[in-house]
Amino acid sequence: MDLNILWFILITVLFIGFFFLEGFDFGVGILLPFLGKNDQERRIIINTIGPHWDGNEVWLLTAGGAMFAAFPNWYSTLFSGFFLALFLVLVSLIIRGVAFEFRSSDSSPLWRKNWDRAIFIGSFVSALLWGVAVTNLIRGVPIDANMQYAGTFFDLLSPYTLVGGLTTLFVFMFHGSLFLSLKTTGEMAERASKAAQGIGLIAIPVVLLLAVLTYFQTDLFSSLGASITLVSSGAALILALFLIRSRKAGWAFVMNGLTILLFTVSVFWGLFPRVIVSSLNINWSLTIYNASSSPYTLKIMTIIALIMVPIVLLYQGWTYWVFRKRITEKNLHY
Amino acid sequence: MTELILSRLQFAVITSYHFLFVPLTLGLGVLVAMMETFYVKTGNEMYKKMTKFWGKLFLINFAMGVVTGIVQEFQFGMNWSEYSRFVGDIFGAPLAIEALLAFFLESTFLGLWVFGWDKLSKKVHLITIWIVAIASNLSAFFILVANSFMQEPVGYILRNGRAEMTDFLALITNPHVLYQFPHTVLSGFVTAGFFVMGVSAYHLVKKNHLDLFKRSFHIALIFGLISILGVTGVGHLQGMHLVGSQPMKMAAAEAHWETENPAGLSLFASIDEQGQKNNFEIKIPALLSFLSYNSFTGEVKGIHELQNKAVQDYGPGNYVPPVTSLFWSFRIMLTAGIWLVLMAMLGLYFFKSKNLEQKTWFLKLMLWTIPVPYIANIAGWFLAEVGRQPWIVYGLQTVEAGVSTSVPALYMLIAFLGFLLVYACLAVVDIYLMAKYIKKGPEEADRDEHLNSEVKGASLWT
Ligand code: HDD
Ligand code: HEM
Ligand code: HEM
Repeated sequence: MDLNILWFILITVLFIGFFFLEGFDFGVGILLPFLGKNDQERRIIINTIGPHWDGNEVWLLTAGGAMFAAFPNWYSTLFSGFFLALFLVLVSLIIRGVAFEFRSSDSSPLWRKNWDRAIFIGSFVSALLWGVAVTNLIRGVPIDANMQYAGTFFDLLSPYTLVGGLTTLFVFMFHGSLFLSLKTTGEMAERASKAAQGIGLIAIPVVLLLAVLTYFQTDLFSSLGASITLVSSGAALILALFLIRSRKAGWAFVMNGLTILLFTVSVFWGLFPRVIVSSLNINWSLTIYNASSSPYTLKIMTIIALIMVPIVLLYQGWTYWVFRKRITEKNLHY
Repeated sequence: MTELILSRLQFAVITSYHFLFVPLTLGLGVLVAMMETFYVKTGNEMYKKMTKFWGKLFLINFAMGVVTGIVQEFQFGMNWSEYSRFVGDIFGAPLAIEALLAFFLESTFLGLWVFGWDKLSKKVHLITIWIVAIASNLSAFFILVANSFMQEPVGYILRNGRAEMTDFLALITNPHVLYQFPHTVLSGFVTAGFFVMGVSAYHLVKKNHLDLFKRSFHIALIFGLISILGVTGVGHLQGMHLVGSQPMKMAAAEAHWETENPAGLSLFASIDEQGQKNNFEIKIPALLSFLSYNSFTGEVKGIHELQNKAVQDYGPGNYVPPVTSLFWSFRIMLTAGIWLVLMAMLGLYFFKSKNLEQKTWFLKLMLWTIPVPYIANIAGWFLAEVGRQPWIVYGLQTVEAGVSTSVPALYMLIAFLGFLLVYACLAVVDIYLMAKYIKKGPEEADRDEHLNSEVKGASLWT
C-alpha cells in the first residue's frame, strides 16, 4: 500500500474520531436548552462533557494539521474555497468553547442565559455545517484546472447538501441524547432517553432521504464498499432506535456510534482516490496523488503518526474511564 | 491588492491576539505545577489554596488561548492558500505534530486536572498538571519550528514548483529555532512571573492573605528573575545570529543605513525613510559591532548595501522593510527588558531585607508592571515578522505571492470584521473575569460557588 493511501485512511480515521466524539458534544450542546429545566440541570448536562470537549475538538485540529502535512493542496483548496462556511464553523466553535469554560464563573442569570445560548447556537451551527461540508466534497464543487475553487458561498448550499447538514444535525443530536441518558441519573436520564426516541424517529427518514439523493446526485454507489457501508450505516441507526426503545441505552449508543463511523467511512470511500470532486471537469478533481506532499514528508509523518495515535487513544480512553460515573447533583463541582 | 492588505491585517490582529494569552499559559502552567508540587510535598493546605487560586486564573486564560488557537490552525488555508501550497510539504508537518503530540496531551490532561481533584490520587493529580505545563511548552516548540522555517529556510529543495522537505532533522534543529524557542518560552515565563508578582503585590498592599501572597511572590520572583536574565541573554545571541542570517532585518532595526566598521549603535534616531537617512541620532561608537560580534571592531552592513545586494540576488524590487517601526519596536522590547531586570532585582533586594510589605510604592509599581512583558512580546513578534518583509518565506516567496487567489475581498472583510467583533466581546469577558477572580482572592476561589447556586428564573429563552 502506498503512503498516499495510508494517509487518506488516517485522515478518515481522524474525522471518524472527531465526528464520533465531538458528535455527542454537539448533540449535548443542542439539547441543553430542551433537557435542562433549571440552572442546576443545565450544569449537570454541561458537566457530562466538561472534561472531554476540548480533547474531542483536538481530533479536528489534528485532522486539519494532517491534511496540511499530507495533502497541502487539499487543505489549501478546501479552506480557501469553503471560506465563509469555515468562518462560520470557527466562530461557532469559539463561542461554545468559551461558554463551557466561563458559564459557571458568574451567577447572574443573564450571564448564564447568554452562555447557554452560545452553547446551543455554536453546537447547532457546527453540527449542521459539517454535514453540508462533507456532502459537498462528494457531490462536487466548481474546481478549475488550477485547483482553485471557482464558485461562491451559495454554490455550497443545495438541497442535497442541506439534507446532508440535517443528517449530521439529527444523528449528532441522537448521539448526544443517548450519551446523556448514559451519563445522568433518575429523571434526567429518563428525559434524555425519551428525547432520543423522538429524535431517532426523525433521523431515520432524513438519512434515508440522504441515501436516495446520494444515488442521484453523486457517483458514490458506483463503489461497492461505499454502498455497503452507507446502507449499513442506515441499518445501524434503525437498530439503535430499537435498542433505546427497549431501554438498552449503552448498546444504542454503541450502535449509533457505528452509524457515524460507517457514514464517515462511506463518504471517504466514495471519494477515494479523490479528495474533492470537481463539478466542472472530472479530471480537475483533487486526488490523493495530485494533492499530496512529497514521499519523504509522508514517510516522516507516517512514522510519527504510527507511534503517536495509539498513545493518544490510550490516554483519552483512560480519561473516559476516570470519569465513567454518572453525573448527579452530589458530585457537581467546578 | 485589497485581498493582500486584508489578509495581512487579519493575520496580524488575530495572531497577536492569540499571543496575548499564549505567554501566560506557558509560564503560569509551570508555576501552578510548582505550587501543587509544594502542596504534595509538604501537605500544607495553604499551598493547595494557592494552587487553586492561580489555577483558576490559569484556566480563564487557557480557555481564551484554546479558542483563539482554533482559528490559527485554519487561517493558512483560508487566507494564505498559495503560501500553503508552496510550503505545505514542510510547514504542515510541525503543525500536525504539534496537534498530535502537544494539543492532545494539554487538553486531555487539563480536563483530568480540573475535574479530577477528588477522583485521582494526589500524586497522579500532580502529574496531570505537569503534563499540561510540559505539553504547552512542547506545542510552542513545534509552532516555532514552523515559524522558523519562514524566517530561515533549511532542509528543503525547490522542486515541482514548491519547497519540499529533504531533511526533517535539519528542520527541527534550525539554528533560528534554537534561539527563538528559548527566547519565546522564557518570555512566557517572564510574563507569568511578573503577572503573579503583580497580583500578589496588589493583595499585599491590601493586606489580604499575607502569608499566601508573600510565598507566591517569592516563587514568582525567583522564577521571573532567572527567566528575564535568560530572555535578555538569549536575545543578545539571537541578535548576533540574525546579523548573519537576516542582515536586512537587523540593519533596519538599527536604522543603520551605511556600512560601517566599527559600527555605532543609535540610542535615538529621527528617521527619514523617504530620504533613506537619519536626520538626527544619538550614537554610541562601536557598540553595534560589539552587539553583532562581541568585539569592538567588525563591519556591519548598512541598508543601502544590502538593498543593492538583494536586487542582484532576487531581481529589481524594494527589499527594505519599514525602518521606523522596526527601530522603535526593537527599542521598546529592549527598554522593557531592562525595566524588568531592574524590577526583579529590586524585588529580590526588598524580599531579602524583609521589608517588602512596607514598600507600598514598589508593590504598586509591580502591579503596573504586569503589562510590560505583554508589550515586549508583541514588539518582539512585530520585529520578527515585519522585519522579514517583503518575504513570507525568507528569500523564497514574497508575501504578495502567498495570499489566496480564490477568495473575494468581500468574504475576507466579512470574516475579519466577524472575528474582530467576537474577539472584542471575548476581551471584555476575559478582563471582567480576570479582575473578578483576582479581587476575590483565594478563600472564595476555593469554595465551590456553583454548588448551591440555583438561579431562579434563569430560563433560557425568556
Ligand atoms: C510560542 C507559543 C505559540 C505560538 C507562536 C502559537 N501558539 Fe497556538 N497555542 C500555544 C502556543 C503557541 C499554547 C500555549 O500551547 C496554547 C495556548 C493555550 C492552549 O491551550 O495552548 C495554544 C493553543 C492553540 C490551539 C488550540 C489547542 C487546543 O484546542 O487545545 C491551536 C489550534 C493553536 N494554538 C494553533 C496555533 C497556530 C496555527 C499558530 C501559528 C500561527 C499558533 N498556535 C501560534
Ligand atoms: C504568536 C505569535 C506571533 C505573532 C504575534 C505574530 C505577528 C505577526 C504580525 C504582526 C504579522 C504582520 C506582518 C505584516 O503584515 O507586516 C505577521 C505576519 C505573518 N506571520 Fe507571524 N506572528 C506570530 C507567530 C507566527 C507563527 C508561529 C507563524 C507560522 C506558523 C507566523 C506566520 C506568519 C504569516 C504567514 C504572516 C503573514 C504574512 C506576512 O504578512 O508576513 N507567525 N505575524
Ligand atoms: C533586552 C533584551 C532583549 C533582546 C536583546 C531581545 C532580542 C530579540 C530579537 C533580536 C528578536 C527578533 C528575533 C527574530 O527576528 O527572529 C526578538 C524577538 C522577540 N522577543 Fe526579544 N529581546 C529582548 C527582550 C525581550 C523581552 C523582555 C521579551 C518579553 C518578555 C521579549 C520577547 C520577544 C518575543 C516574544 C519575540 C518574538 C519571537 C522570536 O522571534 O523569538 N524580548 N528579541
